[in-house]
Amino acid sequence: MKAPPTLSAEDFEPAQHDIHVEQISRPSLSYWEDAWRRLKQNRRALISLYIIVALAAFTLIGPLLWRVDPSLQDLNQISQPPSMPKEATLVAPYKRWSGVTINDFPAYPDDYLDLIPAPIGLRPAMPPTTQAVRLVWDPVKGAGGYNVYRNTRRPETINDLGLPLGGTMAGNEVSFQDRLNLEQRTYYYSVISTDGYDESSTYTTIEVTPLLAMTRQDAISRGLIPEDSPLDIGDTLQIEFHPLGTDYLGRDMLARLMEGARVSLFIGICAPVLFVIFGILYGGFSGYFGGRLDQLLMRFADFVVALPFLLFMILFKIAFGIGPGESGILPMLIALVLLGWPATARLVRGQVLQIREQGYIQAARLLGAGNGYLVMRHIIPNTMGVILVTLTFAVPSAIFTEAFLSFIGMGVAPPTPSWGSMCNEGVKTMLSHPHELIFPAAFISITVLAFNLLGDGLTEALDSRMRSRE
Amino acid sequence: MLVYTLKRLLAGVITVWFIATATFFAMHSVPGDPLMNDKAVTEEIRANLERKYGLDRPLHEQYFVFMGNMLKGDFGISFTQQNRQVNDIIRDHFPVSATLGVLAITFAALGGILWGALTAIYRNRLPDIIIMFLVILGISVPSFVFAALGQLALVNLNSLLGYSLLPVAGWGTIWHMLVPSLVLGLGTMALLTRLMRSSMLEVVNEDYIKTARAKGLSPMRIFFRHQLRNAILPVITVLGPQIAAITTGGFVVELVFAIPGLGRYFVQAVQQLDYTVIMGTTVFYGAFLVLMVILVDILYGFIDPRVRIES
Repeated sequence: MKAPPTLSAEDFEPAQHDIHVEQISRPSLSYWEDAWRRLKQNRRALISLYIIVALAAFTLIGPLLWRVDPSLQDLNQISQPPSMPKEATLVAPYKRWSGVTINDFPAYPDDYLDLIPAPIGLRPAMPPTTQAVRLVWDPVKGAGGYNVYRNTRRPETINDLGLPLGGTMAGNEVSFQDRLNLEQRTYYYSVISTDGYDESSTYTTIEVTPLLAMTRQDAISRGLIPEDSPLDIGDTLQIEFHPLGTDYLGRDMLARLMEGARVSLFIGICAPVLFVIFGILYGGFSGYFGGRLDQLLMRFADFVVALPFLLFMILFKIAFGIGPGESGILPMLIALVLLGWPATARLVRGQVLQIREQGYIQAARLLGAGNGYLVMRHIIPNTMGVILVTLTFAVPSAIFTEAFLSFIGMGVAPPTPSWGSMCNEGVKTMLSHPHELIFPAAFISITVLAFNLLGDGLTEALDSRMRSRE
Repeated sequence: MLVYTLKRLLAGVITVWFIATATFFAMHSVPGDPLMNDKAVTEEIRANLERKYGLDRPLHEQYFVFMGNMLKGDFGISFTQQNRQVNDIIRDHFPVSATLGVLAITFAALGGILWGALTAIYRNRLPDIIIMFLVILGISVPSFVFAALGQLALVNLNSLLGYSLLPVAGWGTIWHMLVPSLVLGLGTMALLTRLMRSSMLEVVNEDYIKTARAKGLSPMRIFFRHQLRNAILPVITVLGPQIAAITTGGFVVELVFAIPGLGRYFVQAVQQLDYTVIMGTTVFYGAFLVLMVILVDILYGFIDPRVRIES
């Protein structure tokens, strides 16, 4: 048996009566302030918001910082992969090279050898540039000529030497000049001795990486240096820099992505804003007045929903037509708005029907509020949360639609770039130059992802049921 | 139920009529006509051709002629493909699109339900995190990128193996259908997975699950009989609109994988303003979609008794 607790007189004192049992410990927050607070707690939604801000900056400020003309074609630099800044060396205009002939060596072999050795000491005669690669080597006994091959990878067997460039027809002519389509990359030159007719079975290979060379005249005509530039032969100069590479016409990908972002985001944001506004008006009107009119209006909305969306996008887009030189952005916008509104209208109508029956509406009406006041002051603000969420989710689907149409060649007309039409062009060279597809596709995906996650976050933040759950 | 079905069908017929009318007038408002191509060399030839195709009559008369023929199930002959019936085009190429779509929706529904259930079981653990990451990817990446990447993967796979395991493009055998339908279904699969997950998590807290557990049913039985079956309901609701999205979304996949589906004919017809083919394909697609939505709704009534009581 437990001992009874010892009690003192203090235990029988009346408890302290606290008047402030309930007090407001946190500042009162409005609906929107509260939603914003909860959105900020959602890390994914917040990151998405940052991504969207970054995309907006990329679209609006980007072209001011990256002043490359997105439509400038450079057929010298087609489908370049993404690269670091490149430098070229100024060289003198091309001069003929007479080659190297060793006079005290027999031009034709005196005796026949079973195996003519491969030439030794193969080396560039002067620093290799893309203007010309000049090779020399030491003559070998028994040779009556040499053949030169070039490959872009290290040859493994004698059958793998690559492109036959040419050769010399005498054993003492020990040089070769290559000027065939040289690029700034690593080449493997192989030289085989011949007896004048047939090739030997041994070869020697060197690795040569020519420097990008440019004559002063070329640099001036491409606008890289001014006419009176102090640069001299041997100096280096910056050439056009394409951080994300170039497309199949040599246009800068970064500049095109920025230009394309303008088109894609313009359509992706304007169209939803427009059709959501129209949907609000239509649905609000229909729901507020109700009755037969409501039935009729909603039946029409049902019809529009039933239209096969993409078929009608294409049809409407064509029906509005694009004249020569127009980009086709406006027809697409109109088509999207014409087909996009019913979903919002239905939603807003449902909300309005619900809100119309609420007590505070009747209270306001009792106080003498007119129709317009009720709609503007009570009904629309109360549907705003749902509308905002719809809008956020409508943006990615509009971006998808634009990309989809541009991809099948029914979207914006070239040369106006959009992310979708860039994907369309990129798909054609997907196997050899994947960057032309990957970059625009990544931009579409990231944008859509950001808006989707933000939409999820907004749904949670604005949902009043979630609010009470905390 | 019968009254409900008939009502829905009647509304469906009116919808198809609306689609046909909207298409007709949208199409005729496009500047130019199908005879613009080099066919109509001289004024006389043009006049003859217009008379042959009935283009010389007033628009409303053309509309009634067309509607009358449509009621008889005749969409006329193509303008650009000599003497080819639009009905034949649909008959030849729609089955291809439909097969692709059905396979894709099967993939999407099975995958969505499976993955969704898995993520709900492993909530907030590694499988859930991985699958939900893939789902977000599936929702955010456009189908044409999946199509292109799928083709790229096939090319690499085939060249790695040294023989052609799966064909890269074309149509014919089940092997041709596998990758395109998977690619086509990916987006929907991602969507359904998400839906299935949230639905599963909602169902788990329901009283009847607690009851089932309390009366000592095995976890497997609770999972399959009570949780899964109830969680599938919302997935079936969105299936109708998703069928619509998939059949029209098939365009791009048909384009990338060179599949002779109906989508390609529609795009071609719009470009050449082939009136009859445009009308035929749009009305046919529209009717098909309306029918699908009605079917799914009726099916839903069979699965969920509550809907039947309400109607």
